[in-house]
Amino acid sequence: MDLNDTPELAEYRTRVRSWLAEHAAEAPARDGDEHEVVAAHREWQRKLAEAGLAAVTWPAEYGGQGLGPLHQVVVNQEIGRAGVLGIFDVIGVGMLGPTIIAHGDEDQKQRHLGPMLAADDVWCQLFSEPAAGSDLAGIQTRARHQDDGSWRLSGQKVWTTNAQLAAYGLLLARTDADVPKHKGLTMFIVPMDAEGVSVRPLRQISGDAHFNEVFFDDVVLSPGSEVGPVNGGWGVAMTTLMFERVAIGLGGEGFGWRADRFATALMHDEAVTRDAEVRHRFGAIAAEFLALRFTGYRTLTELQQGRVPGPEAALAKVTTIAAAIAAGELLCDVFGPEALADDRFGELVSDLPGLKSAGGTEEILRSMVGERVLGLPPEPRLDKGVPFSELGAKTAVPS
Amino acid sequence: MNFALSEEQEFLREAARGTLGRASTVEAAREALDGDELPDLWPAAVEAGWPGLMVSEERGGAGLGAIEAMLVFAELGRVLAAVPLLGHLPATWLLDAAAWDGVDALAAGERRAAFVPAQPPAAGEPEWTTDPRDGIVRASAPVLDGGTLTGAVAWVPDAPGADVLVVVADGGRVAVVDAADAEVEPVRRYDATRSLAHVTFSQSPAVDPPGADAAIAWHIAQALLAAESLGAVEAALEASVAYAKDRFTFGRAIGSYQAVKHDLVEILRRQENARSLMYYAGWAAQDRADEFPLAAASFRTVAGAALDHASRVQISVHGGIGATWEHDAPLYFRRAQLSRRLLGGAGGAAGRVADELFEAARREAAAA
Repeated sequence: MDLNDTPELAEYRTRVRSWLAEHAAEAPARDGDEHEVVAAHREWQRKLAEAGLAAVTWPAEYGGQGLGPLHQVVVNQEIGRAGVLGIFDVIGVGMLGPTIIAHGDEDQKQRHLGPMLAADDVWCQLFSEPAAGSDLAGIQTRARHQDDGSWRLSGQKVWTTNAQLAAYGLLLARTDADVPKHKGLTMFIVPMDAEGVSVRPLRQISGDAHFNEVFFDDVVLSPGSEVGPVNGGWGVAMTTLMFERVAIGLGGEGFGWRADRFATALMHDEAVTRDAEVRHRFGAIAAEFLALRFTGYRTLTELQQGRVPGPEAALAKVTTIAAAIAAGELLCDVFGPEALADDRFGELVSDLPGLKSAGGTEEILRSMVGERVLGLPPEPRLDKGVPFSELGAKTAVPS
Repeated sequence: MNFALSEEQEFLREAARGTLGRASTVEAAREALDGDELPDLWPAAVEAGWPGLMVSEERGGAGLGAIEAMLVFAELGRVLAAVPLLGHLPATWLLDAAAWDGVDALAAGERRAAFVPAQPPAAGEPEWTTDPRDGIVRASAPVLDGGTLTGAVAWVPDAPGADVLVVVADGGRVAVVDAADAEVEPVRRYDATRSLAHVTFSQSPAVDPPGADAAIAWHIAQALLAAESLGAVEAALEASVAYAKDRFTFGRAIGSYQAVKHDLVEILRRQENARSLMYYAGWAAQDRADEFPLAAASFRTVAGAALDHASRVQISVHGGIGATWEHDAPLYFRRAQLSRRLLGGAGGAAGRVADELFEAARREAAAA
């Protein structure tokens, strides 16, 4: 077991560190006027990209560095160490760009990847719907092929981060309802300024709106907007979700939820650190965060050796959320009602109940791991092999 | 960067599984509860080289590290094997670090040592303490005074039958006592595979070898106990998954029901978290000594909780039969129940995690 850099990686780290040291003063502020913060953050992404510190794993021909996941981790670690923000469009550069690289045509790659990387175009992911989250293949947004090769798009998406800023979205739509649900889907690139697209912020428990709802009312998509084959959208979506898992695995501590930071927060009151209940509760929580850190190294080792990460990677999300919920509760128990309104801890308490379902509910994740990893028999599935159009009320939006 | 087991480590684990597979250890664990003698696995352990695992090569050992010892312990835990290494390995590690004369015979397994532990000081508790015989007030470590040792230590793993007792005395000093000079009262409680003793020293002649760090030995013992728990979790999960595929109710396998499936995945989640922390402890022992106490305590906290959970789920997944004397599940449950109350207890380990992190945060704040 060895967590040291190879000489080549150590040299790379030195270069990354010195670039960040030289340019840290240009990094944007985290607080302030929202529009200014976003504009400065996009400008910062452009600089990071020019310095080769964004899209580290993209192929060089599309503006990336053509390097491996370990180099990306070095960049993440050094950005964290420097205390500056990373790139702005994590979803675009981390998940959607790689999907276009894997499945898009050359024209789409040439046209979109450069502006995405420079943050000239922000992107959003248009997969989930009110009635299709964990059961993503149940989506109802329809794209109908027209005689001139264009498409007409109608429906609704939800939980869309950055939709209000986005120039483009990657959207999964149903293109054939007369086949089983996974088989009639197609992936599209959608210009967010097209007529008939409307975006509404979605406020959550904290009162902030981190997500949007997006409505499509007979939106015209030009011919060639499909990414990958028509009715082959499920495979394209799986690619995106694989990159999502990789991104989570590489940035396990990216939320800043770390055992040492919570220790620092609790340490301000000496009596707290001597209290038996606090010590026992915090010790159990901290051990879970440490497990996550070292699970991350296991995942990375597997990625680096060209293997698919094991079950520990999929279950890391469950541990992350459970430990963060417990940490938020402990901090608020220690600091009292005032902490609920505190920016640092209050948000932790308010955002986590919803985050538990992000990227698929915990229950679905547990079922998936139980079946694919432990080999347990599946739940009976009533929709298996049934054409989507015959599923009827079972997939309808509750009124 | 490489955070996986090496081929040699995988081989060591496979070899340990092979060695232990030749004995019916789980059956023996049940029969021992009814008073039967446990099979003597020491000769097999000697043949496998385990007694000298943590002793350096120049003193006749294998010169391996904490990770290799933990891998062997995970295999012992899988099959509830009673091999007195929880006492022997931390003791030999201490004596090897002190370059003690008799360590060759211990490494060869000709003689056996037992670690008589004391918990290193922590926040709010400046003394070295031992587990109380009952109650929650921790006891004082024995007192070493002018070549003799006086005091008592309860619930000492593997002390029965040991030739040499390696005792942590007050102030963290190490005292080597011939077992014949101490009163060793064997106690078996609840888990017959766990050999324990209450040990009393009355001005027992003691040698104080210099250069032995008693705190590290304590953390090694924590890590070994945790690894043993991880192995028991693996066995409980495998047995439970097999049964959940096989047993049908209402026309389908019980493993197809979410309630059962999710409980089993919860075992897997805790098991893999524990495994990550075992690697952390192994890596820290080798490359980051200052983090080893944190790593060992974290590993014990997560692995212990994992076994508490897994041993209960194993019983419930099997239904009523899982709670009967004929079944193996109660043996793993007994292992979990006793383990969590030894060597400072589960709460002691969690508290240690917090103390280590608070201490590190203080150091960082002072440095800033």
